[in-house]
Amino acid sequence: MTWPILSVVTFLPMLGALLIVIMVRGNGPVAKGTARWISMWTTLITFAISLAMVNRFDAASPEFQFTEKYDWLGISSYHMGVDGISLPFVILTTALMPICILASWTSIQKRVKEYMIAFLVLETLMIGTFSALDLVLFYLFFEGGLIPMFLIIGIWGGQRRVYASFKFFLYTLAGSVLMLLAIMAMYWDAGTTDIPTLLRHGFPAGLQTWAWLAFFASFAVKMPMWPVHTWLPDAHVEAPTAGSVILAAILLKMGGYGFLRFSLPMFPLASHDFAPLVFTMSVVAIIYTSLVALMQEDVKKLIAYSSVAHMGFVTMGIFAATTQGVAGAVFQMISHGIVSGALFLCVGVVYDRMHTREIAFYGGLVTRMPVFAFIFMVFTMANVGLPGTSGFVGEFLTLVGTFKVNIPVASLATIGVILSAGYALWLYRKMIYGTLKPALEGIKDIGFREAVIFAPLVILTILFGVAPKPVLDMSAASITQLLDGYNKAVKTAEAGKPAVEAKVMPVSATR
Amino acid sequence: MNQFANIHALMPIWPELVLAGGAMLLLMIGVYAGEGSARFVNGLCIVLLAGVAALIVWMPAGRSVMFGGSFVVDDFARFLKLLMLSGSAGALLLSLDYLTLEKQQKAEFGILALLATLGMMLLISAADLIALYLGLELMSLPLYVLAASNRDNARSTEAGLKYFVLGALSSGMLLYGASLIYGFTGTVSFSGIATATQHGAGLGLIFGLVFLFAGFCFKISAVPFHMWTPDVYEGAPTPVTAFFAAAPKVAGVAIFVRATVVAFPGITHSWQQIVVFVAIASMVLGAFAAIGQKNIKRLMAYSSIGHMGFALVGLSAGTPEGVQGVLVYMAVYVAMTLGAFACILSMRRDGLLVENISDLSGLSRTHPAMAFFFAMLLFSLAGIPPLAGFFAKFYVFLAAINAGLYTLAVIGVLASVVGAFYYLTIVKIMYFDEPTPAFQRMPALLGLVLGVSGLLNILFFVYPGPLVSAATVAAKSLF
Repeated sequence: MTWPILSVVTFLPMLGALLIVIMVRGNGPVAKGTARWISMWTTLITFAISLAMVNRFDAASPEFQFTEKYDWLGISSYHMGVDGISLPFVILTTALMPICILASWTSIQKRVKEYMIAFLVLETLMIGTFSALDLVLFYLFFEGGLIPMFLIIGIWGGQRRVYASFKFFLYTLAGSVLMLLAIMAMYWDAGTTDIPTLLRHGFPAGLQTWAWLAFFASFAVKMPMWPVHTWLPDAHVEAPTAGSVILAAILLKMGGYGFLRFSLPMFPLASHDFAPLVFTMSVVAIIYTSLVALMQEDVKKLIAYSSVAHMGFVTMGIFAATTQGVAGAVFQMISHGIVSGALFLCVGVVYDRMHTREIAFYGGLVTRMPVFAFIFMVFTMANVGLPGTSGFVGEFLTLVGTFKVNIPVASLATIGVILSAGYALWLYRKMIYGTLKPALEGIKDIGFREAVIFAPLVILTILFGVAPKPVLDMSAASITQLLDGYNKAVKTAEAGKPAVEAKVMPVSATR
Repeated sequence: MNQFANIHALMPIWPELVLAGGAMLLLMIGVYAGEGSARFVNGLCIVLLAGVAALIVWMPAGRSVMFGGSFVVDDFARFLKLLMLSGSAGALLLSLDYLTLEKQQKAEFGILALLATLGMMLLISAADLIALYLGLELMSLPLYVLAASNRDNARSTEAGLKYFVLGALSSGMLLYGASLIYGFTGTVSFSGIATATQHGAGLGLIFGLVFLFAGFCFKISAVPFHMWTPDVYEGAPTPVTAFFAAAPKVAGVAIFVRATVVAFPGITHSWQQIVVFVAIASMVLGAFAAIGQKNIKRLMAYSSIGHMGFALVGLSAGTPEGVQGVLVYMAVYVAMTLGAFACILSMRRDGLLVENISDLSGLSRTHPAMAFFFAMLLFSLAGIPPLAGFFAKFYVFLAAINAGLYTLAVIGVLASVVGAFYYLTIVKIMYFDEPTPAFQRMPALLGLVLGVSGLLNILFFVYPGPLVSAATVAAKSLF
């Protein structure tokens, strides 16, 4: 391999954004068309290259692949690479972006050029977050994403967009600055911010506790976990459709990815000690937000709360620290990325037609939109976790993984599955069945463009439900290595040895 | 022969001599050529500043001490002089079109700025208390006049007078502190004081230290000596405000750092608590007080108070890493400030400058490029990665964490989140709100300053090496 494929995938969207800046002038229909087509092709090419990466990826190896390293800041370097945990998220990002561009094709008419630029820049930052192998670089990508998302919600959002965008920005920032301080403390302890080196470093127990809490502050907000989830419903409701999709499908996953990449392997002792806290918060999230979802009158809000509940399964699975739990968490995140993204797209379809998201406004859509009703059903079922859809695999694995370590938590979480069936089916019945509301007489079924958007998502949802092996295999080796290190560190500490000597991985670290 | 040898001995102070001589020459030109030449003279002032900067770059590296140890040229001084000169020159560039449009083009403007710059250069190189005071006063006196330079305007004269009265008071406090320090150590030179205090210090000396710090804090507008800042920023003509925000802050921070690190390394624990308190108070007050502001110049005043707090976080560590952080912070701060003031000076409607934040409403529609750069500068001021402002904060907090100042660091980053709120409010006004009538076309010079400062801020992360390593070298020269 001679060319830096990972950097190409990361920065190609940024290049597309530059192209739009240079080439597109004015605000006429031609300019809008050019901006749309440039972003469409950029995201498609990026996706194609990222698929080539999958092709070359060696799933049997737990090591970081496609690595690149250059001098950068002195204390930290430009170090990129992916392993079995991050690659699925990179692919999820590149795959959803063309769909988002297509979904905004007609619904965004205001300042199209800026919209496309913001999305392309955001894609670069998201891919970078998942493939950065240096803490400072990671933080740069992780936080940089706030700027385009703030603008997307604030400029193209709904009625209360200003409130929602500020809340989104400040919540996330407040969580993250504490993580930044922890990154600095880790730098002074280990002498580097290089992630592969830090994974083998073995931090002293005291630092682990504080750093774990600081990272937790950031990722719990991003995830979002109860009780810091309140920014999410606001941001989701006000964001434009494609913004909601990105938010639900990818930005939320950064939290889970962070737990897997940093909290669990770098602070194993703290993760072990704090697992009960995470379990409690997860279970509360699963049950409480499911109940809240039952009471919503806004479609997007309902889906947003269901997202919080589903993320509860992810955090529970991760901190169960069993093979099934972690694998299930990764799978659940990918599946939720597809399913919740698709659900927001479904809302977008009816919103584009009727310009309201009020559940009570809809009813009997099946008589006018049979194809839409079918698509919506597939994703509703996946959201419920019906066997045969991708949603089932993730929830099942996280529950199995948690049963091994904590039966009460797993039992309580199972109640959440029932509740999710409650609100999802209730939503489906309200909107699709019943008598057709008079206002909906003239509503049209989905067109060709929308069919193109949904086709790959429906196929993936069912495919991953029936044959989840490709995703599970991709990450299996990395997860095994992660958990080996984790268990070893915990065992060493419990055997009474000083925690300082606990090495996370069986490789001798050279300072 | 002997004379030549003496001239050679004056080598390290050449930039200052050239600046002083040049300022006198330009004053003559300005006086004899009359009003018509004012713009030309002010233009020449910028050229002179650039020439002095080139001279500093060209001069041989290394450390040289002059005048019995009261004047020192080292890497630290060179770094900050170059930075301060770019701040001065940038502010003068911003003033050219303003002065013409406001029909206030006077040659004295540039000359006074040059003299203040000369004072700052002396201040940056000062290595004893006498040189410190001389530099400080040479810097301050022209600044008082500049603040009042629009003498037909009540607000401007009020600003000048207020600045003068409070400035004189702070100079008095500084002198009192200096005399106490001299009384208890028996020397005015920083290295002598360091020797006298290496085994701790008595209460009297600490008293002197506190008064000395009060004077410094006044000059860099750190809490609790910040009260003059919003009024003077608002009242002074806008290019003068830009000058205040860019150049004297650099010089003030420079002498603060040099005096503390060089003269009092033996009693770090004593001054550290003062600096920590000042830093926390400045960051918190800057963040909270800016929220309610309607006038953009007042907002920038509170923002600069906050930024001085962040810069002092680096100093409070008292380590080479900390000083390096301060230097990086000041460099980024100057770049951000000049860009922001280029935007403020472009807020001109029907020939009049407007200063309300709400006048920026919908700027992204009427002036997309200006709005974009301003927004990026604001995100940078808020410290959002990947912009330069993030790296500035990164280095100072890195040093604070290393020094174990965890409380300071946590309060600092949380204050930066509060601060982000008011920067975001301006972005919101520019991007989310409906447009108001467009401003006049941006003059080319302002566009240049804004473009350079914006690009520096956006692209800093691509190649941060040169600035960071220069700051490292400069910081090492103090220890």
